[in-house]
Amino acid sequence: MTLTIIMLLPLVGAGLIAILPSAQERLVKQVALATTIIVAAATIVKALNFNVDNTELQFRQSYSWISSFGINWALGVDGIALVLILMSVILAPIVILGGWNESEGGRFSVKTFYILILVLETMVIGVFAATDLFLFYVFFEAMLIPIYFLIGGYGSGERAAAAVKFLLYSLFGGLLMLASIIGLFVISGQNGEVTFDITKLSELHTGMSALTQNLLFLGFFIAFAIKAPLWPFHTWLPDAAKSGSAGTSILLLGILDKVGTYGMIRFCLEIFPDASKTFTPLIIVLSLISILYGAFLAIGAKDIKRLIAYTSISHFGFITLGIFAMTTQSQAGATLYMFNHGFSTAALFLVAGWMILRRGSSTISDFGGLQRITPIMAWSFFIAGLSGLALPGLSSFVSEFLVLVGTYTRYPVAAIIATFGIVLAALYILIPVQRALHGATTPGNENLKDLNLREKIAIAPVIAIIVFLGFYPSPLLKIINPAAAHIVQQQGYSDPAPTMNGGK
Amino acid sequence: MVTSSSLVYLIGLPLFGAVFLLLMGRKADKWGHLFATAMSAGSFVLGLLHFFAMTNRSEEERPITQTLFTWIEAGDFKVDAALLLDQLSICFVLLISGVGTLIHIYSISYMSHDENRRRFFAYLNLFVASMLLLVLGNSYLNLYVGWEGVGLASYLLIGFWNQKPAYATASKKAFVMNRVGDMGLTIAIMIAFATMGTVSFDGVKEAVDRVGTPTLTAMGIMLLVAAAGKSAQFPLQAWLGDAMAGPTPVSALIHAATMVTAGVYLIVRSNFVFDAAPTAQLLVVIVGAITLIFGAIIGMAKDDIKKALAASTMSQIGYMIVAAGLGPAGYAFAIMHLLTHGFFKAGMFLGAGSVMHGMNDEVNMRKYGGLRKMMPITFATFGLGYLAIIGVPPFAGFYSKDEIIATAFNSGGAQGIILGSVTLLGAVITAFYMTRVMVLTFSGKPRWDDGVHPHESPALMWLPMALLAIGSVTAGYLFTQGEALVHWLSPLFAKKGEYDELMPHSVVTVLAITAVIIGVTAALMKYQFKSVDSVVPTDVSLATRLARNDLGQDVVNEALFMRPGQALTEGIVAIDERVVDGAVRGIGAMTVGSGATLRRTQSGYVRSYAALILLGALVLLAGIWVVTQ
Amino acid sequence: MDPYNYLYLAALLFTIGAVGVVLRRNAIVVFMCIELMLNAGNLTLVTFSRMNGNLNGQVIAFFTMVVAACEVVVGLAIIVAIYRSRRSASIDDASLLKR
Repeated sequence: MTLTIIMLLPLVGAGLIAILPSAQERLVKQVALATTIIVAAATIVKALNFNVDNTELQFRQSYSWISSFGINWALGVDGIALVLILMSVILAPIVILGGWNESEGGRFSVKTFYILILVLETMVIGVFAATDLFLFYVFFEAMLIPIYFLIGGYGSGERAAAAVKFLLYSLFGGLLMLASIIGLFVISGQNGEVTFDITKLSELHTGMSALTQNLLFLGFFIAFAIKAPLWPFHTWLPDAAKSGSAGTSILLLGILDKVGTYGMIRFCLEIFPDASKTFTPLIIVLSLISILYGAFLAIGAKDIKRLIAYTSISHFGFITLGIFAMTTQSQAGATLYMFNHGFSTAALFLVAGWMILRRGSSTISDFGGLQRITPIMAWSFFIAGLSGLALPGLSSFVSEFLVLVGTYTRYPVAAIIATFGIVLAALYILIPVQRALHGATTPGNENLKDLNLREKIAIAPVIAIIVFLGFYPSPLLKIINPAAAHIVQQQGYSDPAPTMNGGK
Repeated sequence: MVTSSSLVYLIGLPLFGAVFLLLMGRKADKWGHLFATAMSAGSFVLGLLHFFAMTNRSEEERPITQTLFTWIEAGDFKVDAALLLDQLSICFVLLISGVGTLIHIYSISYMSHDENRRRFFAYLNLFVASMLLLVLGNSYLNLYVGWEGVGLASYLLIGFWNQKPAYATASKKAFVMNRVGDMGLTIAIMIAFATMGTVSFDGVKEAVDRVGTPTLTAMGIMLLVAAAGKSAQFPLQAWLGDAMAGPTPVSALIHAATMVTAGVYLIVRSNFVFDAAPTAQLLVVIVGAITLIFGAIIGMAKDDIKKALAASTMSQIGYMIVAAGLGPAGYAFAIMHLLTHGFFKAGMFLGAGSVMHGMNDEVNMRKYGGLRKMMPITFATFGLGYLAIIGVPPFAGFYSKDEIIATAFNSGGAQGIILGSVTLLGAVITAFYMTRVMVLTFSGKPRWDDGVHPHESPALMWLPMALLAIGSVTAGYLFTQGEALVHWLSPLFAKKGEYDELMPHSVVTVLAITAVIIGVTAALMKYQFKSVDSVVPTDVSLATRLARNDLGQDVVNEALFMRPGQALTEGIVAIDERVVDGAVRGIGAMTVGSGATLRRTQSGYVRSYAALILLGALVLLAGIWVVTQ
Repeated sequence: MDPYNYLYLAALLFTIGAVGVVLRRNAIVVFMCIELMLNAGNLTLVTFSRMNGNLNGQVIAFFTMVVAACEVVVGLAIIVAIYRSRRSASIDDASLLKR
């Protein structure tokens, strides 16, 4: 099964749903779930064939699309892309199962909800697998459309305003990136044949002036920083996360935002290594601000979904820090972080969504004493929270530690500042845990129901993955490491050797 | 005999117990406590087998390692999940699983009326597993997993009755303050990897010679921060008193015998780092000495029996930290005091639990009095622990504390005299506040509330207390018999340097016993021979008031960290709302505003459109004219 | 005679037409002014044709006349329609598009 076929599978499911009668809501849901499970299974089988010793792009496919511009339908993955695709396809069925009833009562029909999700899945696989810059851009922008309708159509509160804010923010970034892409295209034409092939584009930087490279880099970087989101481009995220349904928020924060950090690795680093070096100090400072700033916002958050969004800002700070610290450890840690963040955020949003569904409120102080009323739900939230604060033994610890230790070898001060995030993380997780799960039972909560079987089935694999990868991350690290090492080398860096006498 | 491949079961048994009981849910309510106790006991038996196997091996072959799998690997960073059992860790394994099992047994009865007893035992098992991992890990990172694991278990157990907001807050406070310490451990590990390329104990030990002193000092200080967080040492001590919110067996196991001593373990385990970093070592001693006095002063004023014991724990760990900071001369004594303290303090906490059990969960010692007759067994076991902690020969505490005081005096120069005096002063105060606890609780006239009917606790509760009391009596003698413990541990540490004996050991012993007598006499004068008011007297000196408020530790923390932190949080939230998001919304508003302005030109009058077209054409023409000229 | 005079005349006519379009409200007058501007354009085309010595300009003038004739048909129809519905030939009364 080629990547293209895997990519098109969700579309087939979407087509099938489109011809089903609208009244058959249950069947529609089942088809959607089955499709995502098949896609996940196919991807996992495909991933088993991945050769971990090879740093080249694998599973490559290339068909000419618009030949006069040198545009190809070109797919291929390295370890980093593969891990992110895996994360996306595994999360998709969990999102559908966890938010089984989210499709009802929206502005559009139940069918539309699942068609949007499946179309989005195709685009997400495409965006991670594309090795043609133009193809990437098409998916990058097209992804906005389904998520726009998912937020605006099935969210709550000021969903329309949040959806528009998200769309405009992203389009603005996309526009800057488009300008840079056209610039690159022109430069590739001046250096021979026009092309959008990433590998060929990554050889262009030697002929570019520093100014050109910096400008083009910024076009890409701002687009990705908005998507990631990095401080100060983050303000769309809390609004979108609060207004979207829990499932949408998982898709948005867990999967779509990773396109930003993935893009930084794939495009900012690979195409503009010199500009990356120039901007590294700035980006590291932005990352540190994100880590601490997001953490403080999370501590001060009163709404549970906004809180999760703010913690993500902090976590994305760690990811960008890892990407630009340029050591094998930090690079591998950043990619692993993306994967783990997907699952811990998914767990948090799933449980938060269920809590809100039962209570009819997303204000943290409206909950209280849930541990005694709904123990399983409370435990799920607690474990997800512990994963969010990177408790050793859970998956996010491995990635956070790799980022920190990798950063320390090159930028000790930055790493030490980032470790303050550890203390703040304890606060921003334990404060809502105390308010929502502990203490006396808040009036109105007495009769809340614990998780039902469907919800248990949805949360169980997420928690299993979080715990398993905490103790045994090797399967993923084996896939990621060669790619991470390759990128570090390609940037002309090598890991700092133990200094032996270096002081603080 | 047992081999290294069974090391994992030391941790595995209680870990399985915890996970199994939590997953089983209410179905396991009937037998969960027994299952958990069996798991802990199994771990203890396995530990004993390992201990005997170890004594049969020659000194060089005693440490054994079990490598389970590669845990984290990225570039040069490679950490195995591996366990190391050597002379130091076996001491802890026996202490943790032994005292742990006794406390499991005690809790069966103590928690029998709690509907969540199974969950309590699952947490206890989780704690035992984490603590064993902490002492068995062969690298700083493996230790870190156990380190946070005990933090988590402690959080869960302190907050076991978290329906009370104050208890929930206490658990959160403990976790967060521990996290400050964890930050130190994280940085220490980062330093180790960046400078030595390894994070395993063996690797660091071997690389220490090649690394500069500033690095080692930095690493040592960071390790000290970690130890201070976990062991409630100054300035991260404030959480321990509040941690008494947990059920009493928890206080006995976690906040007296084992977890809080993890900091001592960390420093002793990292002896190679501290030996090469005198500045860090000096800081260790200073921190230990401050806490020693700090805890003792608080202990004198507390009326809550558990808080008095908690303050005493803090102070006793101060002794251990001081000893650990004295280098090769002190490491073994730090461990010795840790072990004897494990016996007598756990025993006394269980005794306190027994008293509370008989007094309707009353913790205020001013409401006790005269319980000696009602609870003879509790009185006897608590009393033996009391004699041990104040250092009456030949009870356990006498030996270990005596050695620490002697080592402190003999650490040389002014430092030695100051340290020796501080530890002696500590001994006086210890004797005072422990006598106070003893007298207020067991002696004097009853000051009970109405409706309280004190009674002795059931056998399941007093049996563990009795066993621990036996330990409190004999441990010190056993450890010092032929310097058994010192010899046992000596292969792990550098050779003791030669030093002049400033103060002969016999003089120290006399001084120490004198200190005890002074302290006991003072306390007897104040509490035994005067009537004690059951209401807290308010006309007390400023010092007492300060001590009652934990010497203002919470006030300082609140003023220095909490309030500024809250202000910062509010500030950042406001900034995000107004400035950052404000800028974004400003751009939006600007676009809308400019649209509204331009819209006015769309009057709908054809004439004005025509005029604008004309104007535009003229401007264009003028532009072209200017350019072509 | 100097052909430039014809250009000046055309410019004058065009200006009169333009001013009329901008200032007058009566639709018929505006319409006549537009015709005036078109014819001013025709005049310049013919003049330039004469100056350049070829017939291209004169041919285009014919096209313009045809287009103007078509425009008169459509334009007058619209004016009549507006007059019928609003009882007024003032173009300001037809400012409906601003909402």
